[in-house]
Amino acid sequence: MNGGFSSLRSEAAGAMRTVLVSAESLQLTLKPELTQEEQALTHATAAGGKARETLKAGNEDLKEMLESNKESLKLEAMKRIVQLISKGKNASDLFPAVVKNVASKNIELKKLVYVYLVRYAEEQQDLALLSISTFQRALKDPNQFIRASALRVLSSIRVPIIVPIMMLAIKEAASDLSPYVRKTSAHAIQKLYSLDADQKEHLIEVIEKLLKDKSTLVAGSVVVAFEEVCPDRIDLIHRNYRKLCNLLVDVEEWGQVVIINMLTRYARTQFTSPWKEDGIFDESEKAFYDSDSEEKQGQREAKPYIMDPDHRLLLRNTKPLLQSRNTAVVMAVAQLYWHLAPKHEVSIVTKSLVRLLRSHREVQYVVLQNIATMSIQRKGMFEPYMKSFYVRSTDATHIKTLKLEILTNLANEANISTILREFQTYVKSQDKAFAAATIQAIGRCATNISEVTDTCLNGLVLLLSNRDETVVAESVVVIKKLLQTQPTQHCDIIKHMAKLFDNITVPMARASILWLMGEYCERVPKIAPDVLRKMAKTFTSEEDIVKLQTVNLAAKLYLTNSKQTKLLTQYILNLGKYDQNYDIRDRTRFIRQLIVPSEKSGALNKYARRILLASKPAPVLESAFKDRDRFQLGTLSHSLNIKTTGYQELSDWPATAPDPSVRNVEVIEPVQEWAPSLGKAKKPKSDKFYSDDEEEEEEEEGSGSGSEDDSSSSSSSSSSSGGSSEESGSASEEESSGGSEKTSSDSGKSSSGSEVSSSESESKQKKKKLTKKATPRKSKQTAADSDSDENGNGPVGKTSSSSAESSSDSESDSEEDSDSDSPAPQKKTVAKTKPKVEVKSKKEVSLLDLDDFSPAPPSAPKSSVFSSSLLSDLEGLSLSNVSSAMQVTSSSFGPVKTYELLHHMTGKGLSAKYHFPRQPCLYQPSMVAVQVILTNSSDHSLEEIHIGDRSPGSLNVHCFNTVERLEPGASVSVSMGIDFSDSTQAANFQLCTKEDQFSVSIQPAVGELLMPSTMKEPDFCSEQKKLMGMNETSATITMATANTSKQNISKQVLSVANVGVVSSDQNNLQRFAGRTVSSGALVLVTLELRESSTALLTINTEKTVMASMLLRDLKQALSQA
Amino acid sequence: MINSLFLISHSGDIFLEKHWKSVISRSVCDYFLEAKEKAGDPENVAPVLQTPHHYLISIYRGKLFFLSVTQTEVPPLFVIEFLHRVADTFQDYFGDCSEVVIKENTVTVYELLEEMLDNGFPLATESNVLKEMIRPPTILRSVVNTLTGGSNVGGTLPTGQLSNVPWRRAGVKYTNNEAYFDVIEEIDAILDKSGTTVFAEIQGVVEACVKLTGMPDLTLSFMNPRLLDDVSFHPCVRFKRWESERVLSFIPPDGNFRLMSYHVSSQNLVAIPVYVKQNISFLETGSCGRLDITIGPKQTMGKSVENLTVTIPMPKSVLSVNLTATQGTYTFDLTTKVVLWDVGKLNPQKLPNLRGSISIQTGSPKPEENPSINIGLQIQQLAISAGLKVSRLDMYGEKYKPFKGVKYVTKAGKFQVRT
Repeated sequence: MNGGFSSLRSEAAGAMRTVLVSAESLQLTLKPELTQEEQALTHATAAGGKARETLKAGNEDLKEMLESNKESLKLEAMKRIVQLISKGKNASDLFPAVVKNVASKNIELKKLVYVYLVRYAEEQQDLALLSISTFQRALKDPNQFIRASALRVLSSIRVPIIVPIMMLAIKEAASDLSPYVRKTSAHAIQKLYSLDADQKEHLIEVIEKLLKDKSTLVAGSVVVAFEEVCPDRIDLIHRNYRKLCNLLVDVEEWGQVVIINMLTRYARTQFTSPWKEDGIFDESEKAFYDSDSEEKQGQREAKPYIMDPDHRLLLRNTKPLLQSRNTAVVMAVAQLYWHLAPKHEVSIVTKSLVRLLRSHREVQYVVLQNIATMSIQRKGMFEPYMKSFYVRSTDATHIKTLKLEILTNLANEANISTILREFQTYVKSQDKAFAAATIQAIGRCATNISEVTDTCLNGLVLLLSNRDETVVAESVVVIKKLLQTQPTQHCDIIKHMAKLFDNITVPMARASILWLMGEYCERVPKIAPDVLRKMAKTFTSEEDIVKLQTVNLAAKLYLTNSKQTKLLTQYILNLGKYDQNYDIRDRTRFIRQLIVPSEKSGALNKYARRILLASKPAPVLESAFKDRDRFQLGTLSHSLNIKTTGYQELSDWPATAPDPSVRNVEVIEPVQEWAPSLGKAKKPKSDKFYSDDEEEEEEEEGSGSGSEDDSSSSSSSSSSSGGSSEESGSASEEESSGGSEKTSSDSGKSSSGSEVSSSESESKQKKKKLTKKATPRKSKQTAADSDSDENGNGPVGKTSSSSAESSSDSESDSEEDSDSDSPAPQKKTVAKTKPKVEVKSKKEVSLLDLDDFSPAPPSAPKSSVFSSSLLSDLEGLSLSNVSSAMQVTSSSFGPVKTYELLHHMTGKGLSAKYHFPRQPCLYQPSMVAVQVILTNSSDHSLEEIHIGDRSPGSLNVHCFNTVERLEPGASVSVSMGIDFSDSTQAANFQLCTKEDQFSVSIQPAVGELLMPSTMKEPDFCSEQKKLMGMNETSATITMATANTSKQNISKQVLSVANVGVVSSDQNNLQRFAGRTVSSGALVLVTLELRESSTALLTINTEKTVMASMLLRDLKQALSQA
Repeated sequence: MINSLFLISHSGDIFLEKHWKSVISRSVCDYFLEAKEKAGDPENVAPVLQTPHHYLISIYRGKLFFLSVTQTEVPPLFVIEFLHRVADTFQDYFGDCSEVVIKENTVTVYELLEEMLDNGFPLATESNVLKEMIRPPTILRSVVNTLTGGSNVGGTLPTGQLSNVPWRRAGVKYTNNEAYFDVIEEIDAILDKSGTTVFAEIQGVVEACVKLTGMPDLTLSFMNPRLLDDVSFHPCVRFKRWESERVLSFIPPDGNFRLMSYHVSSQNLVAIPVYVKQNISFLETGSCGRLDITIGPKQTMGKSVENLTVTIPMPKSVLSVNLTATQGTYTFDLTTKVVLWDVGKLNPQKLPNLRGSISIQTGSPKPEENPSINIGLQIQQLAISAGLKVSRLDMYGEKYKPFKGVKYVTKAGKFQVRT
């Protein structure tokens, strides 16, 4: 890169020299007076022809104005020149006069000169070079806007000779401190690429660099550059994927569109299909799709599919953008969901798409096109909004036709009568093209829905007596198609049509009737020959298409009724023989050979009847949008139904997902401005922040996932973590993923705790494999396991657990990274490494809502675990006040109480404290997560700290991994999971070091045995009604005066119990909902405020014991000041 | 993305062109003009067209076509949305977006276009940012400018573009601090011949006019946010806050802007404020027809209906009409064949009526369909969704006390009566 840069520099210097030389040769022009040379130049350009004589005369005075010393005159001249340009008139001969003003102090003048320059530089390359040095100077200006605008103009001048200069300028601007300049450089990349495609490699380097940029300002522009220059280099996106997802909401709207489209393409190459499971189900019961989403849920549970957390991240982060005011953004999100989301989630875009229909006509047009394509595959999505597609007489014709198309697609047995009634109105429309389209639509409904075929047919027959010709003609054509599907009892209609035949002039309709006559001539034996007779009379004056059908009719009649029609047929065949149209002559000859027996006619003659009167398959009336789904929705290609230049195909889902670890990012990037602050943060400070523990816990998880099965935990953690973490990432990856497979396959035996932390991102893969195998394993196992999570919770539960995974990945990854810095691959160092990062992430955890899908079952524990690598990606961003203001309201964390586990006196220097981080336990959903902070307050290092024997028959405990070594004064925090089975019984176990064993116990507060549950107020009320009577415990309490405000109350309640706040309109009611961790029983807390700081506290739950304990705790908390 | 932009007048005159990449000859517009010819009505021109080498995406606004040319794949809505944003900006700057106005302000238009796109990709579309760079022309300023040679281009550089709130310019100062919100609800409805509702729904928007000093942080809450079914926001609104608490929390742009638009959930029955008794018939024999329309109040919640208008697009075969209105005036446009009846305020005691005869071109058949009737109306001080009310507006971040006001208006949106 450096080498490339210096060579570039020399190149640039060369180009600069060229520029200077040409500048020198033209130096004189820079003088204020007109010089000979300049005059010669202008004459040369003006010599083009006399036609421009007048214009030139006009331009001459402009030139004089530009030469003058008065700013105002110059400005006036430039304004007039710009007006010329805007009208498309040629003003190129003024170039020398204009270019002199490029360095003007007057901003408006300068800008107008820029406008001129960009327009004509390509035509006047030599002269354009004069301005380059001005821009080069401006590129170094202390003002970022001047730098940016200089780069903008410099890169817009399409002069190949300055390519090296541009390249250099771009490279420098790409590392400018100002994000605005970096944004401009991203735009310049595309300009340079279109000027000189050979620079691609260099430009990709710059793109790669800019993709890493964390400014929201740059993100959109660089993705545009990426799409233009190297859309196939998907590998550049990996490491920036999560960042882009997280930035998305804050990027300006145009950038959002581009990023979303790019990420759609990316996701299709990187994740496995979320549709596989429901694919089969889908086809068989398409119509029921939406109404039976419950049932679907059930179906899905049987075959677990785990969505990649990154995939989920994308879906989650794009969802809020459906509310954007920018229609392009909404459409982009809609297509993303269409192409990426599991089928049952797609319908959340419906409402927003329908909303777009109230926008401008052009927006309606594009959106309707997309809805038309969607509605073919998924009727259910739009059926509830059917009325939004009703046509108004004031709509433009193409809008009407599209609405009609959608209505037809939506038609089913249930709504067909409504739709047909609506169609009746349309048929009468003054807009005849639309009326004709309606008739076709009726035809389609009739074929698709057999119940209404007859009704439609009768309706169409009535239309045959319509006054308008196009309507009649269209009806005939459609009736013909319909009759073909069920020809048996419709002689009457055919007769009726034969009667109308004389009055119909539209060729297509006449041809259709003739075809019908021929096809069913045996059903109307008397009429058909008569029609043929009439046709013989008018044959010569008919349209070609009618003539062909006449020949057909003649042939068919000849075969069935030769007695009456032989002569007529011969007459027609003779006419046809000499027709001007060769098609007709051909056909006539062919038919003659086929039907009239003669010596020459071969074996075919025998089969003539079978050939001509074979029963023909009925045509299928299909939507015009049938084939459009081959294009990505929302694209130009989709709109035009052709493959446009530069269209990037959406790839099919890969059968197996590529390695997801490529998306992991090192947390510490020394490049950017904020790096120093991070570096400082490395200093050990750890045990104050419980958030480190979180990190620690997540890291643990990497190891824990191997030994998911609880029975394994006893044998756990003997092998060294140090050893494996020293191994190279890829090696350990293979190894441990292999191991994990083994583990999961015979997890009953469970000696697998030794999958230790260094296992990097593959823990994700591992997890996937594990959970895929979970189903068969379930039979062996007793209830609560990660399976129960899947079964119970559907998507959200999965998400939470998987996002936790992803965080663990990146953590362990970054751990490795930091390890390489300091060659002491101990856990302890890890714990020290990133307190800063974690602190930040803690703050943001509460900002990101994870419950993004409303259909999520209420049992889903509301996870607050969030990939900390994502958060670290976010870090350093200028998060606007938006988030800081929100934080106050959504933060639901009370102060954390820490309990003593082991005093350092009894523990011979080892002290341990624990607290409840209130996060879903990563090991098993039924477990309560506990963070233990181990501190060595002795003067020697302690080794092999681990959990020893547990008292027999005690609770299920998931141990932390052995801490190899704890230096004096150091502390480490580890996480464990304990299944308390919803009781406050203490968990007893032994904490062991190499030498000693200490019996300890963890006694949970009742409030910690809960998980917050998100529910809406109505749900809360309905659930509460189910838990009345015995399940209700209530008491009137007196509150401390400090606690009377709503906020303080919820603070107090949340500090006692891990419950979620239920938002409510009522001022005097506060509601909280939670579930017990182990059994998932609902716990509903209601606080009704009365006068003078008393309140009625009600708890509804099946677990009555818990209720009374919780009541006591809450009472205490609220009465305290 | 966007290569070039052409502005084309109603009659097909290309009066402005702007290129952001290499120059594309204006002959490319011929394909468009051809399509326009074919479509007849300018509204019927397809917004997305294809030519051998280019793709044309156009919008039709204010009797003007904004035609953009692109050479590669681009989401059509991206371009359409941008073009509308351009038209909005013109409207904002010049008070109108018509051929005359644009021709008058070519230089400002050009400067704007230059700033709005870079290499075909939108750069600055926020009107606050643009106004910092290029000042909108006022009569006073243009007089001063011609005398002194001053310019419209701002001397300051646009800081807004870099801030976290790009929609708000820095250093706003007012002596009177005020914030007004207009809750405007529109009824979209289709009524059939007998007056029964085929389809009806309510859309609403909250238009804001905020003139506050400094960087105020506003919170607007509603009495019954549950009514809102589907919402979209100005980028300034904090979405998460809305999700969790159903309040609008935002740092407002300076001046006029649309804060949110919403759809009232379809469970609620829509009150139809007026009924229309109509009888339009064309006689089988003789080339004439009769028209008789009466309008009366239906569900107006005790408020009076104002600005009542009735628009009837007549069949093309209609030659002339001879009507009498008991209230207001009517006009008949001979070229578009539209009857426009401006009723004014609806008087419940004396219902307005329009009746008379229609004469049809001799020889042409009786029109198949009766024309539909489009109603326009306005009801002050009423939000028809009944229940949506702004409950309070709080301001944080600034010390002063702003003057606050909320206004409710109900209008007819696409309100159509089939006959």
